Amino acid sequence: MFTMKPEIDKDKCDGCGLCVGVCHENGIMIANKTVVVIDEVECDWCGLCEAVCPNDAIRCPLLIVFA
Amino acid sequence: MKTKTELVNTSVFFAGLKPEELEPIIKLIIEKKYERDEMLFFEGDATESLIFLASGVVKIFKTSPDGKEQILSIAHPEETLNELPLFNGGLNATSAQAMMRVVVYMINKRDIEMLMRKYPLVASNVIHILAKRTRRLVTLVEELSFKRVNGRLAGILLENAVREGQSGARLTQRDMAAMAGTAREVISRSLKAMEDDGVIGFDKHKLIIKDREALKIISQTYS
Repeated sequence: MFTMKPEIDKDKCDGCGLCVGVCHENGIMIANKTVVVIDEVECDWCGLCEAVCPNDAIRCPLLIVFA
Repeated sequence: MKTKTELVNTSVFFAGLKPEELEPIIKLIIEKKYERDEMLFFEGDATESLIFLASGVVKIFKTSPDGKEQILSIAHPEETLNELPLFNGGLNATSAQAMMRVVVYMINKRDIEMLMRKYPLVASNVIHILAKRTRRLVTLVEELSFKRVNGRLAGILLENAVREGQSGARLTQRDMAAMAGTAREVISRSLKAMEDDGVIGFDKHKLIIKDREALKIISQTYS
């Protein structure tokens, strides 16, 4: 189980399911017409879900740090 | 987070005022909290107060009629968010949205005008702040006009980077695209190229600047 999950704006999500299809960890599902990130799945923060979302409803924001 | 007293003591707005002059200003401040993604104000709305950012990070942006977003700046604590409409009497030229939980301190427009009349030093400070803001916008025009996406992106990364352990703005690739005036896909390709060159790296939710000097050189390269 990971501590950080992609951020979801339920108001923007129309439940289209595009993100479900691109998640290679199978970590996303649609429940009650909105996107849900499954707790037990290890997200590698690839950002594909964010890239395909037409409504900017799921996001993988990055903190930019100096090494 | 800075207290109202600390903000008044350190803000460029009130620089040079005596402690006894600062004291009554503290009483004019109203505190307000916003949750992540909440809008502080919208483009086109009337503005009634000068807003100082006390904690958190705020996105200042414009939206085109077809919904495309151009981020003008990412505001950090101690910055003011809306001097322009406050002083030219117009409506908000931009929108502002909280990127994390945010606390702001607000001073009513009439009180700010009263302070400027009472203390010419405050008016002079305002000119400095507006000049700085204009310079920042000139730099943005320069970058959008003359720099390639790589250069603009490198500048955005350097400007928004924090040291390990510090909090800061958490940007999506869409945010970076809106700041650089390009599409998300272009940002994605640029980040990948920088990663392949060993300039940056990714560690889950962190984008790590591995070679600061190389990134600086990229940011200074014009097309």
